Amino acid sequence: MTHSSTKRMLVIALMTVTLASLCTHWFNRYYVGVAIDIGINIILAVSLNLINGHTGQFSLGHAGFMAVGGYTTAKFALVMQPILPTWLQPVIFIAGLLLGGLMAAAAGLAVGVPSLRLRGDYLAIVTLGFGEIIRVIFQNTESLGAATGLTGIPAWTNFGWAWGGAAVTVFVVASLVNSTYGRGFIAVHDDEVAAGASGVNPVRYKVTAFVIGSFFAGIAGGLYAHHKSFLSPTGFDFMKSIDIVVMVILGGMGRTAGVIIAAVLVTVLPEFLRGMAEYRMIIYSLLIIGLMIARPQGLFSFGKLGRTKA
Amino acid sequence: MNSPLLQLDKVTIRFGGLTAVSAVDLLIGANELIGLIGPNGAGKTTVFNLITGVYQATEGKITFSGQPTPGLKPHELTKLGIARTFQNIRLFASMSVFDNVRTAAALHHSHGVRSALWRGPAFREGEQTIEKQVMELLDIFDLGKFREEPAKCMPYGSQRRLEIVRALATKPKLLLLDEPAAGMNPTEKIELTRLIRFIKDKFQIAVLLVEHDMQVVMGICERIAVLDYGVKIAEGTPAEVRANPKVIEAYLGD
Ligand SMILES: Nc1ncnc2c1ncn2[C@@H]1O[C@H](COP(=O)(O)OP(=O)(O)O)[C@@H](O)[C@H]1O
Ligand SMILES: [Mg+2]
Repeated sequence: MTHSSTKRMLVIALMTVTLASLCTHWFNRYYVGVAIDIGINIILAVSLNLINGHTGQFSLGHAGFMAVGGYTTAKFALVMQPILPTWLQPVIFIAGLLLGGLMAAAAGLAVGVPSLRLRGDYLAIVTLGFGEIIRVIFQNTESLGAATGLTGIPAWTNFGWAWGGAAVTVFVVASLVNSTYGRGFIAVHDDEVAAGASGVNPVRYKVTAFVIGSFFAGIAGGLYAHHKSFLSPTGFDFMKSIDIVVMVILGGMGRTAGVIIAAVLVTVLPEFLRGMAEYRMIIYSLLIIGLMIARPQGLFSFGKLGRTKA
Repeated sequence: MNSPLLQLDKVTIRFGGLTAVSAVDLLIGANELIGLIGPNGAGKTTVFNLITGVYQATEGKITFSGQPTPGLKPHELTKLGIARTFQNIRLFASMSVFDNVRTAAALHHSHGVRSALWRGPAFREGEQTIEKQVMELLDIFDLGKFREEPAKCMPYGSQRRLEIVRALATKPKLLLLDEPAAGMNPTEKIELTRLIRFIKDKFQIAVLLVEHDMQVVMGICERIAVLDYGVKIAEGTPAEVRANPKVIEAYLGD
């Protein structure tokens, strides 16, 4: 990918999405709903891939950051909608999404700075704890609906918003990684000591990846809230984080195209396997074990250096 | 010697009960080629890790370009002008040869997240400048033909060379080479000796060469320091060091 073509591709992607979203009313609402789910999951998977794939860290709390964004965006809309005129709705929506992203990014900074300074796998443990704590906090906050959840969130997320968000996320992650600056993420992934010796500040890169990844998780949360019209703390449990991790592993850590395809698969498969929902985790485990044996580089990665060609 | 580039002043590091480096003094001037030798486990790599900020000294003082270095992180010391290679080659395994060097060459360019996303003219110009620098470096060291190859797929000798090129891409004033001749056959060792001398002259930098192999060091170093059990037991010209009874004993006892 050359330097200017990524920006052009983003413009083309956004135009395609806009056109497609104008046609969605011709389609069955169920399918459009699944398509929106896919868009949101692409945002989640591609942003987690920046952290777990490209930069080689291991976050287990992406659903927690999604929750922070989701609740922020939803609460913002619920507060602002009654007091502002209807024609300001898109502004409330965009502002709410950005606010949700920023809140998630702030949470990412607070979690990331102390745990990413340390070598080793502290991040996995800390993010695991963070995800659970966030869920418990939302579960006990009356103004956010507590255990019953937050209802009546306006359904503003359509196909265009979800896939537009996905296009922007892909653009940001791919552009970052495909630059001289972005080689730093991969350097940290490959060898932290060698990265330091080459002038790359490993802590700074890890925190940057983590905060940007959290930001987009927050955006995805906001889109999700306005898609389902309903938020409940149980929707952001550990299993949701695992779902996103599975997309990244199946897609081949650090390979954007593979992760997008995996996000589609992991979203669509449960729709086909509705009757066997309780076996989902077993199916994932078998899938990943099979993958480790047959294609350790990821399901959809080809070529010697797939990682660097995001 | 003018004011030294690097100065170690009674530097000591202990790991639990083990004193790996014990009150070592060392001076390196600009554009000097110094050897650091000693038997296995003498503390040579540990000295490198102290100089490059991987370890912090338990006691003593390290000064680089007149600036005390304690507390500085490895990447900060690289920015100040200390670059190194590793005893066990540490390349960026998932990157191409070109990108290995490009990562290091980015050090003196101030592009960040924003310009990588905006991709304006300044960004593209910066990327082109870096690409040109990297290609020049690769060509000097005859690695241009491997440009798009994964670094880990190159022959061993070329990997060693690439690690040196990556270090040079940070534009160092001092280059630390940790056993670059390890695993090389005699012909490759002669080739390497020539390469090190070439680097020193072409880039006008100081080189601290750690080598287990006395023959390599004797040939090119202006001065040699000898470590044994973390203690500097001798220092001088190659001829002086070779004649030193303590050195002979340390090597015979190896
Ligand atoms: N991080 C560490 N923890 C404990 N001991 C160490 C550490 N690093 C080096 N050592 C010890 O310090 C001594 C010197 O090691 P090293 O500097 O690698 O020797 P050399 O490079 O001269 O072969 C060895 O006994 C080694 O086991
Ligand atoms: Mg050593």
